[in-house]
Amino acid sequence: MNGQVLVEVEGVSRFYGKTAAVADVSFLIRRGEVLGFLGPNGAGKTTTMQMLSGNLAPSQGRISIAGRDLLENPTDAKRHIGYLPEYPPLYRELTVDEFLDFCAGLHGLSGKERKAARERAKARCGLAEVGGRLTGHLSKGYQQRAGLAQAILHDPDVIILDEPTVGLDPIQMREMRSLIRELGREHAVILSTHILPEVRASCDRVQIINGGRLVLNERIPDLDRRMQSSVLTVTFRRRPSLEALAALPGVGAVTPEGETRFKLFHDPSADPTEALIKLATEHAWGIYEISPEHQSLEALFVELTGQAGEA
Amino acid sequence: MMFLIARRELRSLFLSPLAWMILAIVQLIMGFLFLSHVNIFLSVAPKLPLIPNAPGLTGLVAAPTLGNAAVLMLLIAPIMTMRVVAEERRNHTLTLLYTAPVSRLTIVLGKYLGVLSFFLIIVALILLMPLSLLAGGHLDFGMLACGALGLVLLVMTFAAVGVFMSTLTSHPTLAAISTFGILFLFWIIDWAGRGHGEGGAVVAYLSALNHYEPFLRGLFDTSALAYYLIVTAAFLGLGVRRLDADRVGA
Repeated sequence: MNGQVLVEVEGVSRFYGKTAAVADVSFLIRRGEVLGFLGPNGAGKTTTMQMLSGNLAPSQGRISIAGRDLLENPTDAKRHIGYLPEYPPLYRELTVDEFLDFCAGLHGLSGKERKAARERAKARCGLAEVGGRLTGHLSKGYQQRAGLAQAILHDPDVIILDEPTVGLDPIQMREMRSLIRELGREHAVILSTHILPEVRASCDRVQIINGGRLVLNERIPDLDRRMQSSVLTVTFRRRPSLEALAALPGVGAVTPEGETRFKLFHDPSADPTEALIKLATEHAWGIYEISPEHQSLEALFVELTGQAGEA
Repeated sequence: MMFLIARRELRSLFLSPLAWMILAIVQLIMGFLFLSHVNIFLSVAPKLPLIPNAPGLTGLVAAPTLGNAAVLMLLIAPIMTMRVVAEERRNHTLTLLYTAPVSRLTIVLGKYLGVLSFFLIIVALILLMPLSLLAGGHLDFGMLACGALGLVLLVMTFAAVGVFMSTLTSHPTLAAISTFGILFLFWIIDWAGRGHGEGGAVVAYLSALNHYEPFLRGLFDTSALAYYLIVTAAFLGLGVRRLDADRVGA
């Protein structure tokens, strides 16, 4: 993935009075990449998104979009941005078609291009049938789609999505994710979310922000390696001896989950599965479940943001 | 781009019943006032030829009608301008304009042109009333045009004040009340100035009404023109500053 760098954020901070909502954040997004932006509420996700989209000026630092400085040359840089804010920005009294035409006009598309862009965006976002309806009368899911259509209308290089799947039903959510994947092929996409599986489903890279600082910036495959299993869940038909289990090489601790169900915590480098099966057969404990437990993204998230106590 | 924003603004106005209601009510009230001026004219008409230099149809009907129109504009300006930015802020649609490759100046001017077009429609409808007198009389077109220009300048100023007030808040009603307050103050400020010598004259000079009266008498006063243009530009400039503050923040 060596696409052209489309978003360059360098040492960006944003202060509200004396509190820093975002402190010294730097990252890059390349073409063909979907970046997932995670963080607890109030961590600075939306502030970062607003700065990237030019809605908020950073107190310090530099942002460049497709090689154009967002602060020195905002009008030029903004041509390359599509932004779906937290609340889809819809004029309730306009129909979907009128609304999209207005947005296309704002981005400087001429009459003919406008219609073509509108139809393309509608087809991509599944809005073909609601073109004539007032945006204010659409359901939340469709409003979200209309907001997304607005963001991709002018075929921008950089697409910024602030919690794009909020308010969608599971099917729409799946559609939205595949659309995001598709968009990620030709554009640079950054999306913020609370929903952790979403990151795995649609992103190439994940970035966690906490208290205004980036605490993690890693590609998904690297992340998977990092989150290797270190817990085995085993269930037996007959009660085994705890001492024998704990004596297996690499096993640190054994905690009972039920009468015959246990969790074995082990060293990630030493997998005791084989030794365990051998031991169970020797003693005829009747092992019938053994499953490695992946450390979830959730656990990592809790660990990194240090919110275990509050969660 | 500016015209695109203006057009959407005007369209949204006419998609709500508010604009139609206001047009209807303004026509009703102005029609009533106009007819009562015609009535007065008819009652004094037989004596007019006896008075040297007597005012004509334009002076006795058109000018007072336009004078009344100004008061009505003062009352509707806050209502017509209150939503222009405040409602967008409230509905989060302002983000759309901020993200688009459009400068803050363009946004403010576009919105201003949108509401101004609405006021120009009202002024045009009001002007039709004195023009209808052509069916049975002669008008002093110079004087009428001068009065119309005065009214246009006045609504330009009112709209600019309203647009600025609307940028300040996300509550349209708050914008309306503060616009009304400012406009009313601009109106009555010359009462304070009356009969208080030099200082009073300065205060009275600020009054929006004082600058309007010469236009009604058919007097084109460039200093009054400058007054209206400066006030308009100042409030629009403040509006741009206010939108920019959204981005830069505290």
